Amino acid sequence: MSQRLNGAQILCECLLREGVEIMFGMPGGAVIPFYNTLLDYPIKHVLCRHEQGAAHMADGYARATGKVGVCIGTSGPGATNMVTGIATAMMDSVPMVAITGQVPTYAIGKDFFQETDTFGITMPITKHNYLVMNVKDLARIVKEAFYIARTGRPGPVVIDIPKDIFTSETEFVYPEKVNLPGYRPHYHGHIRQIRQAAKLLDESKKPIILAGHGVILSGAYDELRALAEKADIPVITTLLGISCFPESHPLSFGFLGMHGTYYANMAVCECDCILAVGMRMDDRVTGRLKDFAPNAKVIHIDIDPAELGKNVPAAVPIVGDAKQVLSVLVNEVQPNSHRDWIEHLNALRIQHPSLALPETEELTTPYTIRKIYEVTNGEAILVTDVGQAQMFAAQHYWYDKRNSHITSGGLGPMGYALPASIGVQFGRPNELVFCVTGDGGFQMTMEELAVIVEERLPIKIALFNNGYLGMVRQWQQLFHQRRYSAVKMWNPDFVKLAEAYSIPGIRVTEKGGVEEALRKAVETPGPVLLDIWVTPEECVWPMVPPGASLQETIEREEDYRPVPAHKMATVGSTGGV
Amino acid sequence: MKHIIVALVQNQPGVLQRVASMFSRRGFNIESLAVGHTDTTKISRMTIVVDGSNTVVEQVTKQLYKLIDVLKVSDVTHDRRVDRELALIKVAATGATRGEISQIAELFRAKIVDVAHDAVIVEVTGEEEKIDALVGLLRPFGIKEMVRTGTVSMVRGSAITAKEQPEEEVA
Repeated sequence: MSQRLNGAQILCECLLREGVEIMFGMPGGAVIPFYNTLLDYPIKHVLCRHEQGAAHMADGYARATGKVGVCIGTSGPGATNMVTGIATAMMDSVPMVAITGQVPTYAIGKDFFQETDTFGITMPITKHNYLVMNVKDLARIVKEAFYIARTGRPGPVVIDIPKDIFTSETEFVYPEKVNLPGYRPHYHGHIRQIRQAAKLLDESKKPIILAGHGVILSGAYDELRALAEKADIPVITTLLGISCFPESHPLSFGFLGMHGTYYANMAVCECDCILAVGMRMDDRVTGRLKDFAPNAKVIHIDIDPAELGKNVPAAVPIVGDAKQVLSVLVNEVQPNSHRDWIEHLNALRIQHPSLALPETEELTTPYTIRKIYEVTNGEAILVTDVGQAQMFAAQHYWYDKRNSHITSGGLGPMGYALPASIGVQFGRPNELVFCVTGDGGFQMTMEELAVIVEERLPIKIALFNNGYLGMVRQWQQLFHQRRYSAVKMWNPDFVKLAEAYSIPGIRVTEKGGVEEALRKAVETPGPVLLDIWVTPEECVWPMVPPGASLQETIEREEDYRPVPAHKMATVGSTGGV
Repeated sequence: MKHIIVALVQNQPGVLQRVASMFSRRGFNIESLAVGHTDTTKISRMTIVVDGSNTVVEQVTKQLYKLIDVLKVSDVTHDRRVDRELALIKVAATGATRGEISQIAELFRAKIVDVAHDAVIVEVTGEEEKIDALVGLLRPFGIKEMVRTGTVSMVRGSAITAKEQPEEEVA
């Protein structure tokens, strides 16, 4: 039973069949026929104020729910504005389908108004992409796009649709199955490899688990915990792995890497075996590669075979889904105890309290983050931007709740948090969402405040205002002799700005006022913006300087010896960015 | 070292761009890339010559597999195989030198496929080294123009280098 429909109707029918309830976007010339048809379908549309916002919203929604996030923009600038958001989703393996309008098929290549080569531009930043040149292909392409986006290692898929495709008609038949002979994700790890991994873990005296985003994406929370407890292995997460394992658990040792805890970084340096699950050995995690985990045999589980051995050689590579592999591995390992090793790490944690709050009367970001934890009882979802506030939020809030820390890791786009928190709030409407951002990142996407008001979203925005592009300022302070270049910012009055959007704004300028302001924000129905004037020259500690090894983790500002100016040329040239 | 990789790809729009773009984005060096369709126009076969360590080439293979349109990738470097490249070489030739050029071509089992009053086109097929040698001998006469196809490879015997897996539908 087929019916004759036009491309716009076919797209809507396909979206319904893929279970799409919400999409984020902005209309424009090339997608007007689609928006006309959308009125007839029960799909909620959220009007962004900039297409980058739409892509980050879809990303936040996808991360919060595990469903495919959908965003849409018009041709040309609509598509190019979405590029940052698509690249973000690609780097962090977020399932997303991005739909872009295109000039009519007959006009392609003629440099029409708002024409751009979206297919070419998005090719290297998508898992796959399509340019639809015949309406007969549309249903198949949409089916394939959703299948590719959500299976295997998730990622964004772009469908570029010329305007005349929306208006051309064809018989609509939704394909039952996809036929992609070149795409066969491998979910079940090889049993021989898994047994070998179990053997290594059984023999290890000082093992650790490095848990990444893959644990969250595959929902392997229980399996990870069961394995860690059965074999008595400390768990360290990556930045994106935060909230895949309860941080109050005695086996939790925080996150590792450039701003990870001292004891997590030392555990990596000292361990004799690493079980890496669903993580990709990013440079922010490993530090200088040649000195990474010098004594460890690495077992690496990832659904993407290309990640195995890409940066760090794996003694036992296992291609498979984290949940599937861990559920087998947990039965293969012997119950074990590593008390000496764990006591050693606990002693390190006591001797090197990386997460101790700074003893100062000044208003600091770590103090405020800790207060957010206290005031929300750890029940909030933190959606964080990029830079100092992001790192402080990763360090000083304790994530016990599953998937309660949402941040962009790989691409690092400032301006991520505000639009992403909109997507997160739509995905988890009954939970408290805190957007943690800085004055720099906030100003990159603050136009989306209008969406928060329009859609009545009760997002609490914690804006850490230090008048600087803080992380760059920190690097200039530490590595460039405080020669501050283009980091000092004049800022608008953010409270008045919030009020202009009819969002209550609260300014906090003193440490003593933090808790009350946070309580007021949480108790106030609807959105609130907190303009928190933190001390202007905070640094995030611990820190592994760019190009250094994890062994060289610097704990505190007092321990840092500035690099002499004549050696500055070597910072960065040794592999640090 | 040089590796020869054979890839079967679905003949979709943009597939060559996907492969080329992946190589440049990941910093892999393509020495040559030859592409044409197989016994079916739906599937193209690429022979890619890559310079790199075994680790690099393993990454190349894995990254190629990540492309949805790539069906099968084989590193045939260590297989017994036939490598062939075709070149067209336009060489300056006068009445005095044409005979000598023709003799050199014959030694290489190359053909003269076009003759003009001041130039000839030599067509040669063979392994890269053979073509390099011929080019070296012709260079003193003056090479006006040259085009090479890049290497194509096939494993010897009845073994099949790269055949797509049987089509199988998934949910």
